[in-house]
Formats: sequence, structure tokens, C-alpha cells
Amino acid sequence: MSILNYNGGCVVAMKGKNCVAIACDLRFGVQSQTITTDFERVFELGPQLYIGLPGLATDTQTVYQRLQFRIKMYEMREGRRMKPQTLMAMAQNLLYERRFGPYFVEPVIAGLHPSTKEPYICALDLIGCPCEPADFVVSGTCSESLYGMCETTWREDMEPEDLFECISQSLVNAFDRDALSGWGAVVHIIEHDKVTTRYLKCRQD
Amino acid sequence: MATERYSFSLTTFSPSGKLVQIEYALAAVAAGAPAVGIKAKDGVVLATEKKHKSILVEEHSIIKVEMITDHIGMVYSGMGPDYRLLVRQARKVAQQYFRTYLETIPTTQLVQRLAAIMQEYTQSGGVRPFGVSLLICGWDTDRPYLFQCDPSGAYFPWKATAMGKNFINGKTFLEKRYNEDLELDDAVHTAILTLKESFEGQMSSDNIEIGICNAKGFRRLTPAEVQDYLANIA
Repeated sequence: MSILNYNGGCVVAMKGKNCVAIACDLRFGVQSQTITTDFERVFELGPQLYIGLPGLATDTQTVYQRLQFRIKMYEMREGRRMKPQTLMAMAQNLLYERRFGPYFVEPVIAGLHPSTKEPYICALDLIGCPCEPADFVVSGTCSESLYGMCETTWREDMEPEDLFECISQSLVNAFDRDALSGWGAVVHIIEHDKVTTRYLKCRQD
Repeated sequence: MATERYSFSLTTFSPSGKLVQIEYALAAVAAGAPAVGIKAKDGVVLATEKKHKSILVEEHSIIKVEMITDHIGMVYSGMGPDYRLLVRQARKVAQQYFRTYLETIPTTQLVQRLAAIMQEYTQSGGVRPFGVSLLICGWDTDRPYLFQCDPSGAYFPWKATAMGKNFINGKTFLEKRYNEDLELDDAVHTAILTLKESFEGQMSSDNIEIGICNAKGFRRLTPAEVQDYLANIA
């Protein structure tokens, strides 16, 4: 069993029209045993900047804390908000620093540029290789199912309401097929002036 | 930096609360060749005198106005060898920043980091402060920047300034001639005139060096371009 499958969990992010969405499941388990059903793995790093950290739960927490430290220092030193692209570079650096003893997380970043409000999504592997596609990114124990669901349901330039439906359906139907993910989901829709967070009701198994 | 014999700092306070080593470093700067920096609406100009002690010196092999990144340039007054070290470190700092953030370093960040390096040398064992003041010009976020870094590690943003020999006269001259609506060409012209105030002998494209920084980035003017500006003054 791979160490990345030890705790379970998944994250997906999608680009819409002047908005982005990021969602994750809420299961925290130790192999087959589910421990809690309120373990969020998507974190806010700025007003319109979110990161999802699926993988080993201890590394989820550590990477989030370390990134938050670096971001706060950056924002104080430079006197400006961090861009999503710069967060990607910073996460890449943080992960590659541990190239030969890595953090077992595969981050997903979703956000809007602080001034232009342009949507941005990207995914990184556990040693920092980035992937910046134009449509959606997935990560976690059910990533193959997520790829299938997103590929079929995603369309370009979806409005926030449609984007919410699309990402929710993709996530829920993908993790319903995975023993290690599920037990509830949370979806954040990030627009230029607000972020809407919704908790989804789904099969509790 | 410290050898076993020098674990204490050589820069120590005097009873009046001054760091005399830094005062002496500033004296070394004030004895150095004049350098001028002027911020215009659409760019920044750096200019310096490049007089050599002998006519046998190959003038164009020595460069004083140096590029740090595509959009940041630097010049100095004071000790040349100390300057070369700081140029190396500034370039390294800029590239390290790019490695971490995949973004070119903002001028303010470079200045802060360089000033921190200069401050280290006033509080470490076995080292002396740098004998240079730096003038750093840059362009980012659609606006020009001009900063001075002192041997103490203090840094100042300027609209226009002069350093080195006769800097007081230079600054007085600039106070009269500077206005906020200068274009880059006028700024180059004014910089040359400021240098001329303290220049002994005939100015030519061989004994002054000019660098400009605008939206297109930083570059040194070629001797031919410098000659054109000098022709406009004569």
C-alpha cells in the first residue's frame, strides 16, 4: 500500500468564467478504518487563494503550516498580496527542498490574481513538478475516477452556479467509487468579490 | 567570515554613540569618483565619472555602471574592489529570488537584501564595513525606482542625488534643476551637467559612463550615444 493512500482523500479544482472552484472530501482514516468525517484538506491562504493538500494527513498539516509561514513573511516583506503563480513557485520550492525524503502530499492550487482577477489553477506532484492546464486539476486516492468525471462534465466558461454543479457532481460520483475517500464534501466557489463555501450531503460510507 | 583570531566585531561604538568605522567608510565614499542618479517620469539615469590616473589605462575594459538583472542597474562611489563583491552578491540574490518565486526581483526587495548584507559587515567578527555607497536604479510595476545604499546598511529612496567628491555641490545643483516632469532624455542631460560641475578637464565619452533604466529594461549607453548627449551640451 502506497504511503499516499494511507489516510485517503481527494481534491479537485476547476476553472470557470472569471471564477475558480476547489473541492475536497472530508474523510480522515487509517487505511480501512474511518476515524473522522470532518477533516478538511482545502485551506485558505489569501482572500482569493486556496490550496488543497491531499495525501498523508500529517504532511497535509505540516505543508499547510510551512506554506502559511512563508506566505505571511512574503506579504510582510514585500508589502503586497501573493499571486497564485508565485504560490505555485513557492510550493514547488518547498517540495523540492525535500527531494530525497519528500512530503507525501500532491497539492492543488486555485485562485484569482489579486489585481487582474484572472482565474488560475495548478497541481503539483509530491516533489514539486507543476501542471498548469486550462480546465481542471485533480489529486488524491480517486484521481483516475476524478479525471474521468471531470473530462466528461467540464465545459469552458461556466458561470459560478454551473461550475458548482459540475465540480460537485464530478467529486461526489468519483469518490463514491473509492473506499478511501468520501464521507462528505466541501466546495469553495471563488469569485472576484466573494467566496461561497457549501457542504455537500452525500452517501456516508 | 571570522578567523579564529577575530571573533569580535571591529566596528564598535564610540562614547558619543557613533560607529566611527562607518564614519570613516563614508569618508572613503566622499573621496571617491562622483556618481549621479536622477529619476524621470519614464525612467532612471545613472552617471559616473571614470577618470584614470594615467593615459595608458585601457578605459573601456573597466565598467562601473553594472547590470544586476534585466531591469535593475547599479553604480557606486568609493572603493572599486568592494563594489565588485557587492555586484556579485546582488546578482546572486536576484537569481536566487527568481529560483524561489519564478518572478523577477522587485527593486525594493533587492535593495533591502543588499542593505542587509552591508549591515552584516558592520556587526560581524573580523570584517570591516564596505567602502562604497551604491546607487541602484530599477523599473518594475510600471514605475521607476532610485535607491542609495550606504556602508552602514541604511538605504534611501531618491528622486535625484549625487555621491562622491563634491556631492554637496552636486545635490544643491540637482535641487535647483530637478522637477517631477523630467523625461528620460532631459534627465540624462541634467545628470551630465551635474557631473560637469565637479569635472576637471574635458568631458568625453571615454571618461564618463551612463546607464539608463526604463520600461524596456536597463542598459548602458554606448560611447556613441554618450557623445551625442555631450554634443548637445557643448
